Amino acid sequence: MALLDVEDLSVTFARRGQRTVRAVDGVSFSVNAGEVVGLVGESGCGKSVTSLAIMGLLPKQPGLQVSGKAVFDGTDLLQIDDRSRRDIRGRDVAMIFQDPLSSLNPVVPIGLQVTEVLTRHRGMRGEAAAKEAAQLLDRVGIPDPKRRLKEYPHQLSGGMRQRALIAMAVACQPRLLIADEPTTALDVTIQAQILELLKDLVQDSGTALVMITHDLGVVAGMCDTINVLYGGRVVETARRRPLFRQPRHPYTVGLLGSVPRLDAGRGERLNPIPGSVRDLLPWPDGCAFAPRCDRRVDACIGEPPELVLTHDGRSYRCVNPAPLPGLTPGDEVRTAVPGPATPGSVPAQAVPDEPPAVPGLAAAPSEEETP
Amino acid sequence: MSERSERSGDVLVEVRDLKVHFPIKRGVLFDRTVGHVKAVDGVDLSIARGRTYGLVGESGCGKSTLGRALLQLTPPTAGQVAFDGVELTTLAPNKLRAMRRRMQMIFQDPMSSLDPRQNVESILTEGLQAHGIGGDRNGRRKIIAETLDQVGLPRWALSRYPHEFSGGQRQRIGIARALVLGPELIVADEPVSALDVSIQAQVVNLLDELQDNLGLTYLVIAHDLAVVRHISDTVGVMYLGALVEEAPSDRLYTEPLHPYTRALMSAVPVPDPDVEDRRERILIHGDLPSPANPPSGCRFHTRCPWAQPTRCADERPQLREIGGSRVACHWAEQIASGELRPHKVSVEITRPPGEGEEPSVVSAPTEPGSFV
Ligand SMILES: Nc1ncnc2c1ncn2[C@@H]1O[C@H](COP(=O)(O)OP(=O)(O)OP(=O)(O)O)[C@@H](O)[C@H]1O
Ligand SMILES: Nc1ncnc2c1ncn2[C@@H]1O[C@H](COP(=O)(O)OP(=O)(O)OP(=O)(O)O)[C@@H](O)[C@H]1O
Ligand code: SF4
Ligand code: SF4
Ligand SMILES: [Mg+2]
Ligand SMILES: [Mg+2]
Repeated sequence: MALLDVEDLSVTFARRGQRTVRAVDGVSFSVNAGEVVGLVGESGCGKSVTSLAIMGLLPKQPGLQVSGKAVFDGTDLLQIDDRSRRDIRGRDVAMIFQDPLSSLNPVVPIGLQVTEVLTRHRGMRGEAAAKEAAQLLDRVGIPDPKRRLKEYPHQLSGGMRQRALIAMAVACQPRLLIADEPTTALDVTIQAQILELLKDLVQDSGTALVMITHDLGVVAGMCDTINVLYGGRVVETARRRPLFRQPRHPYTVGLLGSVPRLDAGRGERLNPIPGSVRDLLPWPDGCAFAPRCDRRVDACIGEPPELVLTHDGRSYRCVNPAPLPGLTPGDEVRTAVPGPATPGSVPAQAVPDEPPAVPGLAAAPSEEETP
Repeated sequence: MSERSERSGDVLVEVRDLKVHFPIKRGVLFDRTVGHVKAVDGVDLSIARGRTYGLVGESGCGKSTLGRALLQLTPPTAGQVAFDGVELTTLAPNKLRAMRRRMQMIFQDPMSSLDPRQNVESILTEGLQAHGIGGDRNGRRKIIAETLDQVGLPRWALSRYPHEFSGGQRQRIGIARALVLGPELIVADEPVSALDVSIQAQVVNLLDELQDNLGLTYLVIAHDLAVVRHISDTVGVMYLGALVEEAPSDRLYTEPLHPYTRALMSAVPVPDPDVEDRRERILIHGDLPSPANPPSGCRFHTRCPWAQPTRCADERPQLREIGGSRVACHWAEQIASGELRPHKVSVEITRPPGEGEEPSVVSAPTEPGSFV
């Protein structure tokens, strides 16, 4: 059994007078002990909401609905009360965010924040906790750790703050670490340091890692298994090499074709995916990617595509996937799982940004008018 | 490609020893200048007409400041900028305003650079009116319609407001706003970094096409090396306000000479597991030192894995020509030949700007560490 089994996780936000927004729509994936699993996708596809739901950190707002399961080591994290969840969080499961400043307390010295975690989850106090805290900072590569313990988050650079946050996250040797875009705000050279650090930690301690990112390069170097998300659903799952060598879902193919590579020459035209992430079909009406897909066929519209499981252990949600050379289409299919969608809901990405609240701005055209 | 190379030789922009120093002020009643942030500190470069010059480097190294100073949007502290033979730094304000039409800028976040209260038509008309281009309303409409076609926006876009567009479309509006004036030079500051991965390629291709069709000259500023390599003919690598290496884009990738360039290149993730597993990372440790107090000698010496006991800490290396690249490193040849080997570097702490003030009015989360 996997360490974490996310099954059919859905998160909807209902707001009065507006259509229900389904930010996460039946997401399933699993993470084995010691494994690095990637969740990749573009802005708004539901990566963060997925991880926040698993951690029980979604803002408790009216209209929020979470369904499905997130079974961690036999316990469904979505069913337990806040208290037990807080116990698990930090001790067994920890999370790192993109913006370390917002997850560190600005008025509490770094040292105290680290020892606090040690006290709460490992019962360490006083000298012992301080010593361990210094060791942790040292381990994540913060120079002169003893002095740093007394400093406030704003006195550290972005990269150092992210290290401090990682130190706190690994303070209790969690069995699962969820990292939501941990390096997106950092420079590449600092990103390389942090990724290297995460890789080492995972390797040394056998911690499982869920790596959330939009950067295909990052997953290529780190992840064992990759889940590609689009419009709140997992559209393709595969091991790292097969995914990059032979992407099957047209969206994955499109993503790989549209990123410039450092090792490609000047002037080679990229193959962008047409349209924008906003142009999507609600899943109940067919494949969300259909408006942008160059492999679209009639069967793509009408109902959500089934999840196809193949003999080589991959899966994709597509009726007309990119063919594998030397294989009759359909031959590789082991089984297909229907992926029903709740009618009436729209993927979060389809919702246009709110008009800015500028005094004197003429009433913005209503949604129906927007093409 | 061949078309590109035919147009070579003709220099459109010539930057000489450009410096931009921002005063650091302290004090409540009387602003006292306590030092300077040397955002740009002696940059020489030239951009050939019809070509793309890419500028890369870590956050805070001065890329945007250089771009703005080139356009005289930020007054340079010292140095010269010649645009098509005309010296801009000493140009009278009214003459400079007329020149502006020929040099335009595209910004990173299209939303914050577009006025939310203006519809697209008025955004595009504004510049035309200011420069008296297009004559009457019909003339302007014609120019605007052509520009919309060039950037791939539909006509109905004209009556819409920025927030009604997706990020990629907004960036097209930003590009259209620059293009209506018929510029020769476009400074694009992080033109795609705020965009979704699948949209970046659309904008990159658009910039490429526009260059082919209109013969535009670009200065593209970006922290994404893959993007820069993709669209640039020449790439300049900046570190703490100065160029450390400049080379044709392909050469910079195949034969990076400066230690910083090597580290930078090796740090960029490539979406290919085979490449990722094979490559050797040159990790540089620590953070970018403060530009208010840059290291002596070679500014990279505090982090350089190849730093030597002589020269590196006390003699500032100048850009020198080595086999088609310009490199500012005393030991570039010895490093390239393998005669010098990298060594371990101990990390020095860098303070973020504004450090030292205690956090006073901050809304703190209730529970320390409650987030992890
Ligand atoms: N509290 C909320 N109320 C309403 N909608 C929300 C809320 N939180 C998130 N959403 C919507 O859910 C969708 C998914 O958001 P999420 O933050 O998971 O995206 P993401 O994949 O992490 O994107 P990014 O790469 O930009 O971080 C978004 O379209 C967002 O607008
Ligand atoms: N108006 C200003 N006043 C004072 N300091 C400034 C000003 N503008 C920029 N700086 C400083 O100059 C340095 C260079 O800034 P700049 O914005 O040019 O960097 P950059 O390379 O564009 O970084 P990024 O990749 O983050 O955009 C930074 O240390 C910055 O804090
Ligand atoms: S189901 Fe159809 S529209 Fe969707 S990705 Fe597959 S081929 Fe394209
Ligand atoms: S001059 Fe010295 S410190 Fe500077 S890059 Fe070259 S070897 Fe490194
Ligand atoms: Mg997110
Ligand atoms: Mg900048």
